[in-house]
Amino acid sequence: MHEMSLCEGVLQLLEVHAEKEGFRRVRVVRLEIGALAGVELEAMRFGFDVVMKGTLADGARLEIIELPGRAWCLCCGESVEIGQRFDPCPRCGGYQLQITGGEELRVKELEVE
Amino acid sequence: MMCTVCGCGEGETTIEGEAHSHDHHHEHAHGHPPPHHHHDGVHHYGLGPAHAHAPGLSQARMVSIEQDILAKNDEYAAANRRRLAERGVLALNLVSSPGSGKTTLLTRTLTDLAGRWPMAVIEGDQQTSQDAERIRATGVRAVQINTGKGCHLDAHMVGHALERLEPEAGSLLFIENVGNLVCPAGFDLGEAHKVVILSVTEGEDKPLKYPDMFHAADLMILNKTDLLPHLQFDVEQCIEYARRVNPRIKVLRLSATTGEGMESWYEWLDASRRLAALGA
Repeated sequence: MHEMSLCEGVLQLLEVHAEKEGFRRVRVVRLEIGALAGVELEAMRFGFDVVMKGTLADGARLEIIELPGRAWCLCCGESVEIGQRFDPCPRCGGYQLQITGGEELRVKELEVE
Repeated sequence: MMCTVCGCGEGETTIEGEAHSHDHHHEHAHGHPPPHHHHDGVHHYGLGPAHAHAPGLSQARMVSIEQDILAKNDEYAAANRRRLAERGVLALNLVSSPGSGKTTLLTRTLTDLAGRWPMAVIEGDQQTSQDAERIRATGVRAVQINTGKGCHLDAHMVGHALERLEPEAGSLLFIENVGNLVCPAGFDLGEAHKVVILSVTEGEDKPLKYPDMFHAADLMILNKTDLLPHLQFDVEQCIEYARRVNPRIKVLRLSATTGEGMESWYEWLDASRRLAALGA
């Protein structure tokens, strides 16, 4: 349910940048969301349309770039890809992993006019 | 209209029954003239052949943003953290599912530690101020935030609550988050530690089901251990699951009802408080 708040955060960034960069309409919003960011993408898409209604991004298309979870395995001494936080290292099966990527929650770019 | 600063429903979030008034503006970009010059980070779209479009149509362009969605919350959290550090206040963000015994743990703690350190509480719930009243019955100052439909506290609301509460220098501030193991994980409030409370009447696989929360917490409290003889709860398995998602998490086992194990919690509080004071 916090996806609604995240969409509010996106809208706020849009408004700040609209002022700064002088655009009036947002046509495409491109987000980067990591696999470990705790975001339900369907909820995000739903929340996006609701939150953007009546704003400068009314009807804008939401594009989500999904980034994989990455971790450094202390046992293997290598960077590995993981799908969820509790996944073991795909190489050695251990859990001594330090997350290095996949927690992104970022507005990457916009298409505006 | 929802508040775009903190995402709470404006007019729904209340602090101590009063409408949460926002002094920020909801400015929209309507009416601004289109730019006649290039800005840094702004690229005209449609330069390449694949993106060519007919002249006379409005100019679409790309704007590079590269900013965290939670940046605003994180700014408020940083401001809260500064403010707390200045006064040497140790703030703990207590998170759990509904019914884990959070408020019971808290009232017992406040009663047992009365007179040892100054303490204060921020209570977050969707509705009612019953919990804040339970807290005040112990003689400790408490401010209630009702989030309305909101499923978590955010740093902006906590900032407003701090203005009201003004915790004493050197005090221990407990922030009881909305009962929810999902949403509060992503929202930094400016606390020193997140403490996740899990009762043994829940499933031992909760750390795997809600990995973000257990990953974000520094301490896990296994509550209601007095009920273990009547349950099939595997404590060691639960701890093993928690360490899978967070190898650094510390674990305490206690019963806020019988008082068993509470002393280790107080020692943890004391140690954290002293560490925070060292860093201040």
